[in-house]
Amino acid sequence: MAVLMQQELDVLKKQLLALSAEVEGRVKQAVQALLTGDRVLADKVKRGDAQIDNMEIELEEECLKVLALHQPVATDLRFIVSILKINNDLERVADFAVNIAERALDLSGAIKIDSPYDIAAMAEKVEKMLKMALDALVEKDTVLARRCIELDEEVDEMHKGNFDKVKDAIKHDPTFIDGLVYYLSISRYLERMGDLATNIAEDVVYQVDGEIIRHGGIQKD
Amino acid sequence: MSGLKIDNPVLSVKDLRFFYGDSRALHGIDLDFPEKQVTALIGPSGCGKSTLLRCFNRMNDLIDISRVEGEVILEGENIYDKSTDIIELRRKVGMVFQKSNPFPKSIYENVIYGLRIAGENEKSLLDERVETSLKGAALWDEVKDRLHDSALGLSGGQMQRLCIARAIAVNPKVILMDEPCSALDPKSTARVEELIGELRENFTIIIVTHNMQQAARVSDNTAFLFEGNLIEYGLTDQLFVKPQNKQTEDYITGRFG
Repeated sequence: MAVLMQQELDVLKKQLLALSAEVEGRVKQAVQALLTGDRVLADKVKRGDAQIDNMEIELEEECLKVLALHQPVATDLRFIVSILKINNDLERVADFAVNIAERALDLSGAIKIDSPYDIAAMAEKVEKMLKMALDALVEKDTVLARRCIELDEEVDEMHKGNFDKVKDAIKHDPTFIDGLVYYLSISRYLERMGDLATNIAEDVVYQVDGEIIRHGGIQKD
Repeated sequence: MSGLKIDNPVLSVKDLRFFYGDSRALHGIDLDFPEKQVTALIGPSGCGKSTLLRCFNRMNDLIDISRVEGEVILEGENIYDKSTDIIELRRKVGMVFQKSNPFPKSIYENVIYGLRIAGENEKSLLDERVETSLKGAALWDEVKDRLHDSALGLSGGQMQRLCIARAIAVNPKVILMDEPCSALDPKSTARVEELIGELRENFTIIIVTHNMQQAARVSDNTAFLFEGNLIEYGLTDQLFVKPQNKQTEDYITGRFG
């Protein structure tokens, strides 16, 4: 029975890794489309989301099947529970990539306006977090997962700073308020991606150590 | 080794060693059982879980070549003391077996068998005990109109619940269950598992089971034994989600050996 379940778990892992690779790719493409004003690429990211949605549903169904048929316990149970959650998080990351692609389309319209903050720097940090979380998942590396979680604060700080920069830019010249609000949204999408990478990293720690570190773990009175 | 601290255990096992002839089946087990809870003993075949269970009401005394060292404390007394009254011990520590074993008597007589051999003959008391025991074993509604029919006409699941009624009729402290559902179909198994949940309000239950999902479903605490040693003892919900010991992990996830 263990062999049969192990085969199923291997399939789940492969599906999850395929989804991870796709989502990571979408984020890169969305950011690139934004930075280069590539409307074709942005459109491709937008239209490709249905594929991610299907992958997410297939993986969830596969997880439910293993739960029902094999009734896993201990490390196997934690593995599947974390896959279910990570699956969901990855699908949300892809949704934010689509949002960025949509803003890229908006911003590449007739009137061009520069970002009041460094999008590339923030995107690079968020992509790094995602990569760390997914590498930690593959390698079952809780040290890497915890390093990823630490980076989230830096991303949050960046977002706060971007908010002020956008606000100042609007105050300075409200003519391009639509474009500036788009840039603020983009900062928000990237910040949320960082949060989701953090969730994934936290689930890696749960999967490996059985320890729930989310929200600082259970608060003792 | 064991990770569970039990205050005021109803049954306490101290450095228990058990021998079949020269071969040692239990290597110094220390284990405390909390009152009115269900504790499951799990482990692969031959790990000593049934042997351990049978030490608790001295069923192993029936095996000539067996020998016990160490203590099993029930209500402050070591049940292996020479002064122990074995009949009284088995009244306090009842047992339900893998294969139901009703006597070839009526349902009524099966339930009160323990009381009869203790010399109880007062009809009103016996009637009352039959009803409460059968209700306690969730069998009353099914048999109340045929109490004087032979117990051997019952279904497998009903027979097993009759044996549980017989065990609780003498008001034991502890009920031992040795694979009580292994011969039952899923529906009867579910009925007995539900019953275990009800019985724990009044009794301490120790159950040996090969079915790990069953252990997970019915027990509060689980002890994992391997090759005559207690490997891990913990709260069931923790042991099945996050076992502390690698051997436990390997066993419950089916990666053993």
